Amino acid sequence: MTDTTDTTADAIPDHLVAHFTSRIGHNSADLIEGETGSWEIVIGMEVHAQVTSESKLFSGAPTDFGGEPNTHVSLVDAAMPGMLPVLNEAAIRQAVRTGLGLEAQINLRSVFDRKNYFYPDLPQGYQISQFSDPIVGEGRITVDLEDGESFEVGVVRIHLEQDAGKSVHDRIPDQTCIDLNRSGVALMEIVSKPDLRSGVEAAAYLSKLRSILRYLGTCDGNMQEGSMRADVNVSVRRPGEDLGTRCEIKNVNSIRFVRQAVDYEARRQVEILEEGGEIDQETRLFDPDRGETRSMRSKEEAHDYRYFPDPDLLPVVIDQAYVDEIAASLPELPDKKAARFVAEFGLSEYDAGVLVAERETAEFYEAVVDAGGAKRDPKIAANWITGDFFRRLNADDLEITASPVSAAQLGGLIDLIADGTISGKIAKDVFDEMWDSGNDADANRRGKGPQADQRQR
Amino acid sequence: MAALTDLTIAEAGAALEKGDFTARELTDAYLSAMETARGLNAYIEETPERAQAMADASDARRAGGKAEGPLDGIPLAIKDLFCTEGALSTAGSHILEGFRPTYESTVTQNLWDAGAVMLGKVNMDEFAMGSANITSHYGPTLNPWKASSGDNAGKDLVPGGSSGGSAAAVAARIAAGATGTDTGGSIRQPGAFCGIVGLKPTYGRCSRWGVIAFASSLDQAGPIARSVEDSAIMLGGMAGFDPKDSTSVDLPVPDYAAALTGDIRGLRVGVPAEYRMDGTPPEIEALWQQGVAWLRDAGAEIVDISLPHTKYALPAYYIVAPAEASSNLARYDGMRYGLRVEGEDLTDTYERTRAEGFGHEVQRRVMIGTYVLSAGYYDAYYLKAQRVRTRIADDFKAAWDSCDVILTPTTPSAAFALGEKQDDPIAMYLNDIFTVPASMAGLPAISVPAGLSADGLPLGLHLIAPAFGEETLLRAAHVLEGAAGFDVQP
Repeated sequence: MTDTTDTTADAIPDHLVAHFTSRIGHNSADLIEGETGSWEIVIGMEVHAQVTSESKLFSGAPTDFGGEPNTHVSLVDAAMPGMLPVLNEAAIRQAVRTGLGLEAQINLRSVFDRKNYFYPDLPQGYQISQFSDPIVGEGRITVDLEDGESFEVGVVRIHLEQDAGKSVHDRIPDQTCIDLNRSGVALMEIVSKPDLRSGVEAAAYLSKLRSILRYLGTCDGNMQEGSMRADVNVSVRRPGEDLGTRCEIKNVNSIRFVRQAVDYEARRQVEILEEGGEIDQETRLFDPDRGETRSMRSKEEAHDYRYFPDPDLLPVVIDQAYVDEIAASLPELPDKKAARFVAEFGLSEYDAGVLVAERETAEFYEAVVDAGGAKRDPKIAANWITGDFFRRLNADDLEITASPVSAAQLGGLIDLIADGTISGKIAKDVFDEMWDSGNDADANRRGKGPQADQRQR
Repeated sequence: MAALTDLTIAEAGAALEKGDFTARELTDAYLSAMETARGLNAYIEETPERAQAMADASDARRAGGKAEGPLDGIPLAIKDLFCTEGALSTAGSHILEGFRPTYESTVTQNLWDAGAVMLGKVNMDEFAMGSANITSHYGPTLNPWKASSGDNAGKDLVPGGSSGGSAAAVAARIAAGATGTDTGGSIRQPGAFCGIVGLKPTYGRCSRWGVIAFASSLDQAGPIARSVEDSAIMLGGMAGFDPKDSTSVDLPVPDYAAALTGDIRGLRVGVPAEYRMDGTPPEIEALWQQGVAWLRDAGAEIVDISLPHTKYALPAYYIVAPAEASSNLARYDGMRYGLRVEGEDLTDTYERTRAEGFGHEVQRRVMIGTYVLSAGYYDAYYLKAQRVRTRIADDFKAAWDSCDVILTPTTPSAAFALGEKQDDPIAMYLNDIFTVPASMAGLPAISVPAGLSADGLPLGLHLIAPAFGEETLLRAAHVLEGAAGFDVQP
């Protein structure tokens, strides 16, 4: 559990409290029509993304998921007396890389602070985080909706912080066990402006953010393993009026749940307001089994985290050359890649968007198009991937990296169609054979033997 | 020949090198002296078997022509704030009951690598919070000195704190030297009270890795020894860059003993007007003037200087140090090591564990620290104290334009009686009035025994140098030591 409830409001710098939002929802269908009129949903998100790195933020312990409990724990992670944190430079590099990928301000000087609270899965009694001087400042993400519309979401900041350990309640009856494997793992907290206006938009934002992080290689985006979790701040207001009181839904760990949680929470708030009630500022949890949010902690119980600069660590000072060097190593990100697919390959924006959503898919597609110097027909390649190829992947519930048909093999099949060896219709059968056997198109065609040849004749 | 335990580290080292006696004989002499001096309660845990094994190893090295240097075979006491592998490491606190680390602090490891011998772990104020060694869970350590006259004649006296066990052990000849730690004066004040030399190095000179934290931005390990030369030898063994401590500084460790040339001609000694405080006893003032005269006679140039923010140092210190402590001590929650007092639920377990595990002074400072970091008070207290701290450091920076070292008294009084000031925290905090400013500025400073009070108790003079100016500091202290000729024993 990572606890990120804000301190009491008056302790928080202005830039953290009232995130200015100028965005007006583009789609009137996003409004909730209540009995007393329509309501606009306002959503801001804090996404915790585990930094892809070999070791933890301040210790040399490994970050691998799924080890036996308490096997990836250094003396520092267990907060033994006299232990000191030493910053893992790789985490700084990854945060800067992420910032650059989100077109954000990189702060050449940042500071690690202590956020103090007691919890058994927090061995130090404080989380080392960044409060007033984060490593990354304002940036932005272009979010695409299914209907082809795009909009921009402001990023307020990205800061680095330690993950906490895990409380395990079901291992020994009446006791709670603590697994510190995650304790001290580096997280990036990516804070958005409250620029989102519906559950669909919130889900699309998270999806796009995940895609960019995976392109950058700074977070594996594996939500099942907890590599990405979202705290979703939801409030409702009359369109054009001031922001309403928000509730924070903690640790939502799937894109689908984000949409469900927002939809439920917004309706809950509208119901309360329409009955003349008030929204309590509180922390809530989303229960995916019941599809509802429930109160976890009210503002009265909120912690005073007593932030102060960690005296065990020096301020992080980087220079512009360091940032420039990282900038030079950035891969082509999905927006640019999609634009190129449209311009260079003549794909529709929709197809380009589908192909670039996952870095692996885009790479697979480009490998299919690339016939070793020559170029296969990019539209046919796109049709094959978004058609039969995706159909089989989904049917077998496989990641693209586990596909039994490689990009070269799919390219080989397209070649056979292109040179007239087989028809497009037969190619579909050949593809299924390839999928099941793992053989090349040539072999499968021969395997089909006379039948295929007859049809060809 | 004098008793082996009367020899300084330098003398004992030379004798070991000559083969006058073995490290084992020297160690056994200390172990037997420790037995007879248990009434002082200086040691929390004696480690005789380990000491003998380390001494034997030292003798074997020397026999093989591979002695490490001036610390090889020298028996030392280690303040209980240092984590020592397999040996009790409690910070003088009930909450670390029975804690034996699986790791060795960098500073002690450096000393063992230099061949030193560990006699045991010495007493201290709980978590280094105190100026009299009376807040230890293991009971007070007594000062080996007794007043010959006055109100406290014959009474048990405090050795100062927090490194009270270290200072008492070195003064009582039950350790040749000892490690201490200094956050606001915890090496220098007990050094002065016990008539020995206490050196606080520049912040960042010695690694804090494996030293149980009190106030991270102030804590600094240093030697407690019977002479300036011994302090130089010990510092050389303790200091060094440590990649495991981000605040340690990557500078080479000079040969500090070589800096003791005895020549301070032309050295500019600053005398700060602001250290002349109301209520300072005349004998402290007189000793200070005597110190000025000694240095002038040795060829130093005396310069009147001003450190205008001196009076704010102590109040600011008592915000910064407790603030950091309140956070540093949060890890003692009964979950993973040390004391745990089961309660009805999680919060109750925390509260019972910490209520029983921490003594009153620690609880007081945790509460002060929690308060000054609280929402709504942070700016008024912690942030302001940090600004004051910057001003104090700026005062010193300005002073270095006109002087090379600064001379002040170490403490406003000689050792007081056990039980005195116990119920008056402010009076207790005032012990650090002369030592805290250098701590706040991270500067190296040393207390040198310079004379006796009217009641026959030792008094110290205090020198402060610019950051990483330990060589100049030690050279000046060495001359001061020679001029004072302090050769009285408890």
